Amino acid sequence: MPDKHIDDVSGVETTGHEWDGIRELNNPMPRWWIYTFYATILWALAYTVLYPAWPMLTDATKGVFGYSSRAELAADVNAAKVAQGAVLEKISNSSLEDIVADPQLAQFATAGGAAAFRVNCTPCHGTGAAGGQGYPNLNDDDWLWGGDINSIYQTIAHGIRDPADQETRISEMPAFADILQPEEVRQVAAYVTSLTGTPGDVSLVEPGKQVFADNCASCHGENAGGHRELGGPNLADAIWLKVEGEAEIAAQVRSPKHGVMPAWEGRLGDATVKQLAVYIHSLGGGE
Amino acid sequence: MNYVSETIWLAIGTFLALLGAAYAHDSLFAAHMWVLFFVLLVSTIILLRRMSFAPASWDANTQPESQYFDEVIRYGAIATVFWGVVGFLVGVVIALQLAFPDLNIEPWFNFGRMRPLHTSGVIFAFGGNALLATSFYVVQRTCRARLFGGNLAWYVFWGYQLFIVMAATGYLLGITQGREYAEPEWYVDLFLTIVWVGYLAVFLGTILNRKEPHIYVANWFYLGFIVTIAMLHIVNNLAVPSSFLGVKSYSAFSGVQDALTQWWYGHNAVGFFLTAGFLGMMYYFIPKQVNRPVYSYRLSIIHFWALIFMYIWAGPHHLHYTALPDWAQTLGMVFSVMLWMPSWGGMINGLMTLSGAWDKIRTDPIVRMMVMAVAFYGMATFEGPMMSIKAVNSLSHYTDWTIGHVHSGALGWNGLITFGAIYYMVPKLWNRERLYSVRMVNWHFWLATLGIVIYAAVMWVAGVQQGLMWREYDSQGFLVYSFAETVAAMVPYYVLRAVGGGLYLAGALIMAFNITMTILGHQRREAPIAGSLTQAPALQAAE
Repeated sequence: MPDKHIDDVSGVETTGHEWDGIRELNNPMPRWWIYTFYATILWALAYTVLYPAWPMLTDATKGVFGYSSRAELAADVNAAKVAQGAVLEKISNSSLEDIVADPQLAQFATAGGAAAFRVNCTPCHGTGAAGGQGYPNLNDDDWLWGGDINSIYQTIAHGIRDPADQETRISEMPAFADILQPEEVRQVAAYVTSLTGTPGDVSLVEPGKQVFADNCASCHGENAGGHRELGGPNLADAIWLKVEGEAEIAAQVRSPKHGVMPAWEGRLGDATVKQLAVYIHSLGGGE
Repeated sequence: MNYVSETIWLAIGTFLALLGAAYAHDSLFAAHMWVLFFVLLVSTIILLRRMSFAPASWDANTQPESQYFDEVIRYGAIATVFWGVVGFLVGVVIALQLAFPDLNIEPWFNFGRMRPLHTSGVIFAFGGNALLATSFYVVQRTCRARLFGGNLAWYVFWGYQLFIVMAATGYLLGITQGREYAEPEWYVDLFLTIVWVGYLAVFLGTILNRKEPHIYVANWFYLGFIVTIAMLHIVNNLAVPSSFLGVKSYSAFSGVQDALTQWWYGHNAVGFFLTAGFLGMMYYFIPKQVNRPVYSYRLSIIHFWALIFMYIWAGPHHLHYTALPDWAQTLGMVFSVMLWMPSWGGMINGLMTLSGAWDKIRTDPIVRMMVMAVAFYGMATFEGPMMSIKAVNSLSHYTDWTIGHVHSGALGWNGLITFGAIYYMVPKLWNRERLYSVRMVNWHFWLATLGIVIYAAVMWVAGVQQGLMWREYDSQGFLVYSFAETVAAMVPYYVLRAVGGGLYLAGALIMAFNITMTILGHQRREAPIAGSLTQAPALQAAE
């Protein structure tokens, strides 16, 4: 029999053992503790009766409620689809002009386009659609391929220079390093710079204008105002997509960089692309 | 003392590492073997230089077998403090990397490689060394027996440090098997298995050699931790190496079975490493520091067995709403909820042990630290079952709430109870009358507590906001926020989290200084803590 010992402070008996000076009181377990423990066990048992829980030989018990997380998800998705179904069908069957003209459709399409934009477009065009270097700003009225709603739709649906899409928009500026003399490249870069700023050597502007007229005007327009049918950017405004400053303009003339935008129609479906077009068109630059 | 056979084995290991580097099938394995080679080479040289070639004398061979084997515990205490500071520092760095992405330095010091360095650093290096050192300390004193196996304890200690170095360098090199908290590849896992078997032998052997009739409750928890971790480690790391001279291996499991094995491991790493092991620590150091008996023997038995039995089933709650079958999710959830009271049994026993000595919370900062540890333990073990409920989990899962939960447990419970144990052990291990400074312990306590509160509160707010933003739909059924917007919304919280972590690190640095000065034998001249009778100043003669 271990030597029982009464703790002086609490008056409680110890178990009679001692390890390195540590004794243990023989207090009972706190009532609230043991009853809460029992309650959680009862709750757990009840829960496993109501919900799928116990694995059997081939399958697990289904539970009284017949709950399944897959069925719950399917029901949620279905409810969401039903809620939007009628409007989405209208959008699918309407032209873009009709969607914009109908306030209810236009509001829905703008909200849906914004949601699709946040998921699919923000990585390149930014959360506020303001773009960045190499990625066009969609809020302004500087459009490479046209800012009316049908042109926007066409660009989103088929992309730009997407090798997987037959109807994709293509404009390939040649590498003028093979065509022009180095001096001519410097001249034309000075001319293009002079349209919106001050080039380093003003004497190059005049000969540069001639080089531009001979080589560049066919795509960028006579006054460098751009040519949307060909995707030739406007060089006479102060908006620059890929380059900044005279040296970079010269580099772009010698060996141009080309951006790629994927075609979205196959991935998102026509109704979503329509909503995206309505949303982009509504941003402020729409024509 | 000569370690002849140890030196020979180390030299052979060094040579094998060199061969591994020479014949490696991939550059990562070669790099890792070079690391191993240099570590072992330096160790061999150190051992060789300590070799005495004089004829064996009588006293050199008489180990005082009657005394406790404390030298390895001294090393363990220092390693705990060292790895603690390293682990917390890396934690602050990765917190800043999240807030300021420019701090990611490719390729070795990006977040992806630093994060496992932090988690393994704090759990396995800091926590593991704390468990090694305290379990060796506790088991000897509560069994009144010297550590079993002679130098085996040294082998366990240094083997474990080598495991830490290999794991950490592997992460930075980019070697990982992609399993959370089990990132080291197959060869490091195999080595750890051997070390762990040695640990089990030392601990169990000491218990079998005990001179007390009964096994003290702390040792149940330590033993439960050692045995279960061995089982978890082996099963979760079952893998087939693609080459015995390469880093890559393939798991024995696939798909959802693989995920469930991983979270069975992952959750029980928390349950048995961070809970059971540290409860062992609590059951010795709290009664010793407050000098009171354990509150309830019956409670300790029931909550021990309930905890051991239930924890092992709770892992599936990490996989709610995934491909895991519903029945497994249900069982994971109900076992987690049933785990609430068994976990709280430890909290009750820890707190109620203070009954009759509550005043020590005011007068003894070490007791204050231990009580705060138990309080955070209670909070985290309530929060855990709550978060395992599917409805709560659907909001909290994948958000920073989880990070907050883990840190209130890790910083609050594991960190503070370890600091308390270190402050208790170090003066005794080095035969010092007292710590260098008790007031610094108080500073450490407040810095750490403030740091944890900031950290956890900020992560709760961040996590709930994140979860709500992810599921926010507008009236027409469209998602309101893009993922990038939910990330951008986290920036202020991430900055504040780094502040909380910084405070915690500052506290740990104060501890490192305090412990160093204590070991060196200094005592700071300072006024005692208000109300404390233990260090009342000598009365001055009246003029």
